[in-house]
Amino acid sequence: MHLVLERRAERSVQVALASPLIAIALTLATMAALFWLLGKNPLVALGVYFVDPLTDAYTLQEIAVKATPLVMIAVGLSVCYIANVWNIGAEGQFIIGAVAGSWLAVRTQGADAGAWVLPAMLALGALGGALYAMIPAICRVRFGASEILVSLMLVYVADLLMDFLVRGPWRDPHGLNFPTTAEFDPVATVPVLVEGSRLHAGAILALMVVLSGAVLLGRTLKGFEIRLVGAAPKAAAFAGFDGRRLTLFCFALSGALAGLAGIIEVAGPIGHLQPGISPGYGFTAIIVAFLGRLNPLGVLIAGLFLALTVIGGEGAQIALKVPLDLTKVFQGILLFYVLACDSLIVHRIRLVATPRKPAHGHA
Amino acid sequence: MGMLEAITLSVIAASTPLLLAAAGELVVERSGVLNLGVEGMMIMGAACGFAAAFFTGSTLIGALAGTCAGAALALVFALLTLGLAVNQVATGLALTILGVGLSGLIGAGFVGQRIAPAPHLFLPVLIDLPGVGRILFGQDAFVYGSVLLVAGIRRFLFRTRAGLALRAIGDNPASAHALGYPVLRVRLLAVLFGGACAGLGGAYLSLAYTPFFVPGMTAGRGWIALALVVFASWRPLRLVGGAYLFGAVSILQLHAQGLGLGIPSQLMSSLPYLATVLVLVLISRTRGTAGSAAPASLGTAFVPDR
Repeated sequence: MHLVLERRAERSVQVALASPLIAIALTLATMAALFWLLGKNPLVALGVYFVDPLTDAYTLQEIAVKATPLVMIAVGLSVCYIANVWNIGAEGQFIIGAVAGSWLAVRTQGADAGAWVLPAMLALGALGGALYAMIPAICRVRFGASEILVSLMLVYVADLLMDFLVRGPWRDPHGLNFPTTAEFDPVATVPVLVEGSRLHAGAILALMVVLSGAVLLGRTLKGFEIRLVGAAPKAAAFAGFDGRRLTLFCFALSGALAGLAGIIEVAGPIGHLQPGISPGYGFTAIIVAFLGRLNPLGVLIAGLFLALTVIGGEGAQIALKVPLDLTKVFQGILLFYVLACDSLIVHRIRLVATPRKPAHGHA
Repeated sequence: MGMLEAITLSVIAASTPLLLAAAGELVVERSGVLNLGVEGMMIMGAACGFAAAFFTGSTLIGALAGTCAGAALALVFALLTLGLAVNQVATGLALTILGVGLSGLIGAGFVGQRIAPAPHLFLPVLIDLPGVGRILFGQDAFVYGSVLLVAGIRRFLFRTRAGLALRAIGDNPASAHALGYPVLRVRLLAVLFGGACAGLGGAYLSLAYTPFFVPGMTAGRGWIALALVVFASWRPLRLVGGAYLFGAVSILQLHAQGLGLGIPSQLMSSLPYLATVLVLVLISRTRGTAGSAAPASLGTAFVPDR
């Protein structure tokens, strides 16, 4: 007897709906075991991670604040991954978007420039992210270089560029030599939704991105093209869709969204440009995209869930004295389970009798 | 010790982890599997290798622990991509995320600790040869191991039946399956081997190169190793040249920073990454799509029909 994997005749709808939930359940069980290994009470620890953040108005807001960049980036990445285009450098596009938008904030610092500054910053951020994403896209379609490796290498370059700017030309002259720009002017800051809270207008933008993404993928010819090129590139080429142009489109879109998320993060919750503006949003968004089944509405839920783990992880660091890296472990395990469960939508595992080899004779 | 000799020694030290990890990945990709988790397996090798060496005081046990840690992560990758036919790109990314997180968890208690660096071999008499003595006969075991590893891989791939079968599986798993070759078993062994090599490369970083552990100390070397395999056109000997070229770039930028040429240090630090992009573009362009040396089935899952 042994286990074999075989293709289902058609996709299993039940498994498709249940798979993210099964994946989360399996992850929670694994996490419980991990907590137990670390010498913590698993139930208490899971409570700190997943329940405590939901019981407090401040942490609830923080979840929305953290989910905002994750959801924005992940909607763009979903479009890429459906089309079988592998942009994994969203972290770099996020940083370049933040840098491009911050340029205007730094230039207009103290000039009382007017209300046009913030919209212009957001546009610059999106443009910067999109242009930065065009580098791996052009390397792919023009030269055939792996977009995976190129987009990832550019993450390190973006990080170093930002580091150079905030330590050099853009450093706050009154900042006691800390590597940071001056605090942005009020006209260059994303407004908060409710006075005294940290929840900012970027959250509304993220919701609009989700809706636009859902319309794009579900209701337009472009969405059909994206799905067709991803699922059957030869058929798509036969139907007259240009896979290379679609690659450029996917990179530009995901880069613009990542860049927009970057400038919103800098002009919103952070308020100035400094190293370490992203705790790996661009990479966590990859998990968000897959957990959300590459569907914008699913991404919204997945983004909120991943944000919950980030906030829960910070709480657990204080309450349980566990390392912050535990959250990354948790996210990695979650992605594994999501991918494994997704495989069962198109495959099934069967137990079959091992065929007995003929004692004599030829095979 | 002359300046040139010192630079050569540091280039060799910077190249060895790249060569170890890339050599393993080359075998994996030759079998048709693309494991993007090299960075994760390397950093786990660095963390586990350092932990083991810290407790036992033995570089050998540290290296073994790093190797096993890399192979263990590779086993998870194999379970998903070979057992469940999951997308290899996504699984590789998951492996890197998990590896970076786990290494931080394991290594947290060891940050700031130091161990004795891996012992160097000093062959009497030969070491005193002018110029090349120290370079050829005064390295640590990892360096010699990495060169032997590449020679062994080359012999295996191109001079043995098993190597031929592995390459056939990488080019056309369906045909190889029809001929009776155990596609999934060969790929499993290749993936485990690749993980072991990546783990060893990571262990080199924390046992010999620095010798201490810092979270994220691989700093993209796993990804550069992946690019090196493309650079080498999936050929072991070219891998040596590529690894040493990249080692040279990363060391020379350090020395250039030390000279104080007025170039921002961040620009110099980004050179290895920019060089990787440039090399990928040049290699891919000259090769074109038709004459690609890449294994034909690279990155596609294979589900045998019985």
